[in-house]
Amino acid sequence: MDRKTKDASIFKDNLQNFLFVFPALSIFCIFYIYPFYKMINLSFYDWRGIGPMHWIGLSNYQELMGDHLWWDSIGHAGYITLIALTFQNMLAFALALACDREIRMKRFYRLVFFIPPVLSEVVVGLIWNWILNPEMQNGQHIGMLNHFLFTTGFPQLVHDWLGDPRTALTTIAIVHSWKGFGWGFIMLLAGLQTIDKQLYEAAKVDGAGSWKTFMNVTMPMMLPVILVVMILTILGSMQVFVLIIAMVNEGLVNHTDVPVTRIFSAMQNTNRFGYACAEAVIFGTVLIGISFISKKLSDKARQV
Amino acid sequence: MKPNRYILWGMTKSTLIHIFLLSVTLTCLFPIFWMLRCALMTNETVFVDHSVIPHQLHFGNFAIAWTKGNFAVYFLNSVIYTVCVVTGIVLISSLAAYSLSRLKFPGKNIIFYMFVAAMMIPLPGSFVALFVLMTKLHLANTRFGYILCMINVGLSMSILLFKTFFDKMPQELEDAARIDGCGKLGIWWNMAMPFARPAIAVVVIFNSLNVWNEYILATLLLGDSNLMPLQRGIMVFQGANSTDYPVLMAGLTMAAVPIIMVYLFMQKHIVKGLSSGEVLG
Amino acid sequence: MCKLITLSSCLIFIFLAGCSKPPQPSNKIILWHWMTDRNDTFQKLAQQYQQQTGIEVTIQLFPPSDAYSQKIIAAAQANVLPDIYGILDKKSIVAEFIKAGLVADLTDAMNAEGEKWKDSLFDKALADKSFGVGNIYGVKPGIYGVPIDVTNEQMLYNKKLLSKAGIKSPPKTFDEFIKDAQMLRRVGIVPFVSGWGELWLLDCFAFNYAFNIMGPDKIFATFRGQVKYTDPDWIKVFSIFAELRDKGVLIDGIVTKGNKYAEQDFALERAAFGFDGSWCVNVFHGNQGMNPNLDFGAIPPPFISNAYPLRIEGGAGSTFVVNAGSPNKDKAIAFLKWLTAQEQQVVLARETNNLPSNKQALLGVSEVLEEFATGMDQSTHPNIWPLNEDPTVSEAFDKGIQDIIIGEKTPQQVAQDVQKVKDLQSSKGKL
Repeated sequence: MDRKTKDASIFKDNLQNFLFVFPALSIFCIFYIYPFYKMINLSFYDWRGIGPMHWIGLSNYQELMGDHLWWDSIGHAGYITLIALTFQNMLAFALALACDREIRMKRFYRLVFFIPPVLSEVVVGLIWNWILNPEMQNGQHIGMLNHFLFTTGFPQLVHDWLGDPRTALTTIAIVHSWKGFGWGFIMLLAGLQTIDKQLYEAAKVDGAGSWKTFMNVTMPMMLPVILVVMILTILGSMQVFVLIIAMVNEGLVNHTDVPVTRIFSAMQNTNRFGYACAEAVIFGTVLIGISFISKKLSDKARQV
Repeated sequence: MKPNRYILWGMTKSTLIHIFLLSVTLTCLFPIFWMLRCALMTNETVFVDHSVIPHQLHFGNFAIAWTKGNFAVYFLNSVIYTVCVVTGIVLISSLAAYSLSRLKFPGKNIIFYMFVAAMMIPLPGSFVALFVLMTKLHLANTRFGYILCMINVGLSMSILLFKTFFDKMPQELEDAARIDGCGKLGIWWNMAMPFARPAIAVVVIFNSLNVWNEYILATLLLGDSNLMPLQRGIMVFQGANSTDYPVLMAGLTMAAVPIIMVYLFMQKHIVKGLSSGEVLG
Repeated sequence: MCKLITLSSCLIFIFLAGCSKPPQPSNKIILWHWMTDRNDTFQKLAQQYQQQTGIEVTIQLFPPSDAYSQKIIAAAQANVLPDIYGILDKKSIVAEFIKAGLVADLTDAMNAEGEKWKDSLFDKALADKSFGVGNIYGVKPGIYGVPIDVTNEQMLYNKKLLSKAGIKSPPKTFDEFIKDAQMLRRVGIVPFVSGWGELWLLDCFAFNYAFNIMGPDKIFATFRGQVKYTDPDWIKVFSIFAELRDKGVLIDGIVTKGNKYAEQDFALERAAFGFDGSWCVNVFHGNQGMNPNLDFGAIPPPFISNAYPLRIEGGAGSTFVVNAGSPNKDKAIAFLKWLTAQEQQVVLARETNNLPSNKQALLGVSEVLEEFATGMDQSTHPNIWPLNEDPTVSEAFDKGIQDIIIGEKTPQQVAQDVQKVKDLQSSKGKL
């Protein structure tokens, strides 16, 4: 085949391959790239959402660098993510392990553990507000948690969970983990089910106890799944916000602020669209940075 | 004596595991139970009556939620949106992911990273820009416009999921299909999609949940109330100041049922597809 | 090949299922609002209006108010605003809407026939969307909005719980209030609840006392930057919250409490005093009310100083504006005139338990609502002040008070913090 025909056929091939991506790409360009471009553009202006726009260059970014409320909010989101990575995923893993061996009620548990993700934030907010209510009426604790602690002999633990700056964020992180573990649970369970039963048999024949089996058979086979779950957890937890509004309204002063609540506050409370866009750009950069690092770590772990 | 100790330890372990599972189950079932309980009371008694089973059961709240919230219309709309968006996403993103995973063309890595990066950069106020765009395209206040917007929302995550699966597909399967005479599209439809069944299931569940619970974009983009999705009906019970909690709970319960059914139907596929030996991740 | 057909038919199906023609313009008025509670009454009145005049009024509801604001801004940018709508944002944003030509000037309609329409409505309510001569926004002076109800925020008191603690009448001064709170605590009743998780409500309460302590001139001077927040009078305002905290007046978790939850608490008689708006009458006593037997009353917050009169926040509740670019402008104005006429206002007041904006429509409202109505004379509202504080400074102000309440900062520290934010914002030339 001479050069020209070869080039033509490569071109045709590439075009065909590209066509596969075309529908997704075109929708993406219209609905994401275009607003994205507008957002970056807007971050260099001072604008109230209506009326004239004033060009201020990098002024929004400069102010953002010194805005300690913003960086605190990123720290808070990081804290929630940390709790999600540990508490939520360990819970999901433990449940998946337990369900892997327990054949009887497996389908029941698979259904039940997915209920929290399905619930709307309205319901979650209402329920947890009721459980964590710190007040007393007629000498009785109204909130179920305090009531429970009181009656089971731990009156010193009775607490204003959402109203105390020291416990508010942790409480929210735990509720977030409760709502989210269902996703990790399915994925980890699915991963566990693909491990060849023969590997377990072989380990038993070798005389390995359950802990050794776990470390040498289960963990290595589960590593890829665990990493996918962790990356998705990080992305999901850093962007939490509807739950926070449902539980603490506009927040416990600034102790429960996360980046997305700051962005919305900039847009709605202080009407600073340009500033909000700058915050979004910086936040996106932070997330991309985190994903990049986790991908590098996961690649390294896979080589091990 | 050794055998007895092992049996005892085995039984204890089993019991502990059951206790663990059941206690978590309790925290998960509690909201459903609480919602049902509230739905069966009235606004006056819903916070006052502390008994486990309400003294007087008002089943009427469900009927009220259905009629007052104009549920029939909104329900149908939500079903249309969910089915259309999910079908669209599954097709469009699997096509894209297949190409990004197994076919070659210039710029494919950049395109993939673009999709992934989109998951990480929130767009505040993008709704407003979208609305202006939709109006210019004469797509505002149409079902088609809303469906397109919602397809975009779930695109990145779905492409990522599909690509992860397609990457793991063994080359032999693809070669076998090619020998059988399938073109690229044939390989996609006959080999890759069945292989990625768990991914399809997760994508369907994930996006159904998103579309079913979506509200803000619908309020912004749509005007006529007969185009509105289900969450709109539920909003009506949350007045600006006074909330009718029992009717709200009845509405939320009814709204949760279809999505749980979608999950039940799909989760079989996650495990079934995987247990035939292919490796996830 | 058949795969291709399946694929295309799938996409066509999506397309067809999705296609519905956008509504054709016709000879009718479109009104967008956010008030779920009043939607039914509005629809009923719209039907009545159509029977009377033959003009079809389409009433569309877009709750909640946050989503509504976004929709209005989006529609403004896309130039598809309806004939009648509301602007829920601050006065400065309203000014931008007017300057962009999106709001019709209603002064002439109001002044027609010897100011007939204008006189029928409460002055303070009209002032909400009016701009005076020499206003700082650069808007042509005039009346731009029609209030359809009035509201104000006052302190609520539960008569049963007060008598339980041996308090014979609600407190008039702040010291009496503190004493009453301590008497309530002694019999195990929580004294005070309010939705101070919502910053605007907290801001309201704080400014009631700011007016009482230093009067309007000094407040506006502070906004202009001529007086600092570290001034002793402002420290006095901040210290009020420190005292409320120290004397155990406030309910636990008040700074994360949304107004809905605070209203729940008050309805369930978990606290003796509350602080809420006149709409709470509907929440407690209305259709599906939370506690129709709740025996309560409304009083202005007890004053702390004799220097200046205490002002409560109140004025127009909900206001509608007319789209200046609408071809049906006159019809829209006529409808709003009809909506604020006595007869319709009485219907609205009766069915939704809101205070009417029409002076003649107060007959037949409930006793508690009348107590709210008498407070209108003392009321003021940020929308009728000559200027407002920068929103970033307001946020720091409100969050600072929350900090005092949870015991993390002292009034002096908060004053310095707020002043720092103020200095930062002024240096950017934002004032």
